[in-house]
Order: sequence, then structure tokens, then C-alpha cells
Amino acid sequence: MAWDWEIFCKETTTGEIIKGCLGQGGDQTYLNWLGSAWGWTLTVAMSAMVVAFVMGLIMGALRTLPPTTAGNRWLARLGTVWTELFRNIPVLVQLFIWYFVIPAIFTSLKSVPSVVMVVLGLGFFTSSRVSEQVRSGIESLPKGQRYAAMAMGFSTFQSYRLVLLPMALRIVMPPLTSEAMNIIKNSSVAFAVSIAELTFFARQSGEETSQPVQMYLAVTVLYAVSALTVNRVMNWIEVKTRVPGFVGASAAPATH
Amino acid sequence: MTKLNPIAALVLGAALIAGLSTSIAHAQSNDTLAKVKSSGAITMGVRDSSGSLSYTLGDGKYAGFHVEVCQRIVAAVEKAAGRKLETKYVAVTSANRIPLVENGTVDIECGSTTNNATRQKQVSFLNTTYVEEVRIAVKANSGITAINQLNGKNVATTTGTTSVQTLRKHERATGVDFKEVFGKDHADSFLLLETGRADAFVMDGSILAGNIANAKNPADFKIVGEVLSVEPIAIMVRKDDAALKKIGNDTIADMAKSGDLAKLWDKWFMQPIPPKNARVGLALSDSTKTAWANPNDKPMEDYAKK
Repeated sequence: MAWDWEIFCKETTTGEIIKGCLGQGGDQTYLNWLGSAWGWTLTVAMSAMVVAFVMGLIMGALRTLPPTTAGNRWLARLGTVWTELFRNIPVLVQLFIWYFVIPAIFTSLKSVPSVVMVVLGLGFFTSSRVSEQVRSGIESLPKGQRYAAMAMGFSTFQSYRLVLLPMALRIVMPPLTSEAMNIIKNSSVAFAVSIAELTFFARQSGEETSQPVQMYLAVTVLYAVSALTVNRVMNWIEVKTRVPGFVGASAAPATH
Repeated sequence: MTKLNPIAALVLGAALIAGLSTSIAHAQSNDTLAKVKSSGAITMGVRDSSGSLSYTLGDGKYAGFHVEVCQRIVAAVEKAAGRKLETKYVAVTSANRIPLVENGTVDIECGSTTNNATRQKQVSFLNTTYVEEVRIAVKANSGITAINQLNGKNVATTTGTTSVQTLRKHERATGVDFKEVFGKDHADSFLLLETGRADAFVMDGSILAGNIANAKNPADFKIVGEVLSVEPIAIMVRKDDAALKKIGNDTIADMAKSGDLAKLWDKWFMQPIPPKNARVGLALSDSTKTAWANPNDKPMEDYAKK
């Protein structure tokens, strides 16, 4: 088949080839559109990542609270329910629930933009996975760490904030990197609820130009570039925050 | 599984390569008639769910208006080839139908392919057998009767269809501003209308009619407004295959003259059809009648000029 890369310079309504490939004054080429679709993918993925890490961190930490008081036990249960609920429903189904079902029950939510619903849906789904990783990180710490924090006179919040979480998060950086990359790829489900992101672009422009192969190729490259960038950034954070001699640092390349 | 001995593997490999090269040779020839004469089989490309035009009954069986027209064409091809042909059905999608016709996997595609100028560079179309009109479906109690009432409203359509481009063109030409929402398939787009996330659903008339017919309460919805775009839908064959194109066009012309085409329309669009025995209820439109009376393979762009 012929590889006609000029289709990216086509105007999306008139079909004319535009010089310089970027439309001006209301004109939009497929390249412009590809750019805005990439923007949507990154917006959805990054916002959902923030939601996922915040909620995952809270829920994961709650699940490891010592069962010393009734309050702690209820908080731990809340964390477990949250995790199991969002972990056991397919992400596409969750998105449909957020988009169609919940606004049908609470009608005031109908005016909320669909992108907010998608960010919450994708964020909560990923938060359940982050929560599991945070919990496993905290549980992998020797019991002595918790006792040492208590012996220092720290409150529960302080011992998590100052001792347990800084250690545990360093340990679980590799799986968290995977989650951060997954969320870029999972954001492709957003096309199902009317977000004009990369997968949407590939399906739509492929049909309009009759060149789906080129469109999917361009989109594939952008997904790979995005996920790889996230991977590099997380890796950089992992290296920068590493504490020599602590757990998790041993797998590092020998730089010291 | 037993281990393949090296000599057998070699023979098998050589046979595979030989098979591949003959299939490539086939792909390069545009003479479908000669191809089916030698192979004794013809491959028909069909769709899983293109409304009454072409759809599956399950179990590898396909039916519909275009499928039945194609079966008549295959009968004519048998007569021309002078031998009985086995018809193989291959399900195609919007994305792969053109490459599959080009590379010879499919000999004749009987689905719901719009004949447009871009595609005419890659494949050929038989004379138009069906003219699709893009219309607007709204809730019956919404009071919307024309497209200019949709300014600033949410308008649903389906990702991966030409209707998205139609809406964009209309916006640009008239300066109205739609807030487009996209369903991932027609059922989702209709759900957007049903749940009130969209005020209108813009799509091919036959699809709107089908979705309304299957709705919980069909009386809640109606199709309104002007025809937004007209698209000739035709049966697709390989480019520059004059012999097959002539047989196909002659068959269609005969059926139009004898009234068989109108009878088929009634069978697939007005009467209850399997598997659910539901009625689509789409009356034969004037534009389709005109296409039958004046056989042509004009692309969509020529319709827009009118």
C-alpha cells in the first residue's frame, strides 16, 4: 500500500492540503487534531494519576492501621472495601457507571463535564491498584520500624508521615512506575464516553481519510512516547530519592 | 504434538511459500472471472451488523438486502463462468473492507460502503443500489424540528462514521455551534439521546429508524428536519475489473426493471426480518428510487454538488 503521509496536512472539513501542515484562522489539519487528541490523552491520564496516587496512598495506608481501636478497625475496613470495589469491576464498565448510571440517579451530576467523570472513574480504578502496592510496601517493612516510631513518641499520623510511608514508597517505586504507565494506556477507554483523545482520533480520522493504518501508526508512536516519558520521569524520581544503604537501593546499578 | 521431521518441515515450508506466491499472483490479477473459474469459489465480503443491508444471523450465516442482491450477481457470474461456484462468506469491518478487496481476499463486498471519490481511487463500485440520507433523531417532546434549533445544544453521533465530518462541515458552513458528544457505537449514541446527555442524534436514516424501532418506547422519539447529507451506498469490487462490474451492473439493472429490487426492499425494510422478526419500517426514499431509475456509480461528492 502507498504511504501517503501528506494526509496529516489535510484540512479536516475541506480536505485541502495546507502548506506547513498547521491550519490557521479556524482551519484545522489532521496534524492539529492529532496534537489536541494527544493533549486530551495526557490531560486525562495526568489528572487521573493525581487522583489515583492520592486516593491510593490514603486507602493503602488505612489498610495497615494497627487494629488497636475501633476507629482504626473501621478505617482499615473502609480501605479494604474501597480497594476491592474498584479492583473487581472492569474499567470500561466503571466508566459507563460514572457516565450513564450515576448521573441518572443523582441528576445534579448531569451538568458535570464528562472529562471529570472519566478522571474520577479512571483515577479510582487505578487507586485500588496503588492502594494494594502501598499496603504491600508498608507490610514489607520490619515491625521494628513501627515500634521505633512509637517509642519516639510519634502519633500514628506522624509515624506514617515521617517513618513508614517514606520507606514503603521507596520500595514500591517500580510497581508504581508500572501503574503510571498503565494509566496512559488505560486512558484509551475514555473514547467510549466522548473524550476526543488519541484512540478516538485514530478511529475517526481513519474512517474520514480511508487511511486507518497511518492514523493508528501515529497514535501508537504517541502512546509509546508518552508511556516511555513517564517511565523515565519515574525512574529519575526513584534514583533521586534513593537513600544509600536502605531497602530498595540494593537493586540499583552500582554507582556508589 | 509429534515433532516434525526436518525433511517434512522443508517440504511443508516450500509448499507454504508456493501457496503464498500463487495467492500473491491472484491478488495482482484483476480478472475475478478467471480467478473464480479456476478456483471454483467466490468470496463475498459481508458485515456483522449493517442494518438491513448486510448482517449476520449467527452461525456463519449472513443475510440482508445487499447480500441478496449479491447472491443474484453470483448466480450471474456462475452462468458466465459456466460452472457451479461455492460462495464463501467473510465478515469485514469498516476498517479492513477496502484492503481485503484490494488484496484479493474478498471478491465482492456486499455491506454498507459509501461510494466516495477517495475510495474510487482504490476500488470500484457497482451502480448505486441504496441511497442513505443523514437525518436527525430527537425526543418527540423536545419541540426540535430543524437543525438550526440545535445551536448550542448537545448533538450525539457515532465515532468512526462520516456523520462526524458532516456535522463539522455543517457547523462551518452555517456558523451554528454544536456541542458534539460521541458514542462508541450506534447503541451508545442512542443511549446518549435516551438519557438526555444529547438533545439530538445525527446519523444515517436507516440506523436511526432501526434504533428507534428497538427502543423501549419507540413513540418517544422521532426523525425530524432536513436531509443533512446524501450518501450513495454500493456493492464494492476490485478496481479495473470490467467483466465483473458489467455482470453486476447488468444484474442490478435487470432487477430494477423487473421490480425485483423493489420487492427486495419491501422484504428487508418493510416486513419483519429475522432473527427477531422486527420491522425496520424505512420506506423507499425518492433518492434511492432515482438512483435505480438512472443507474450510475457517481461518488458522494457528485451528490453534494446538486
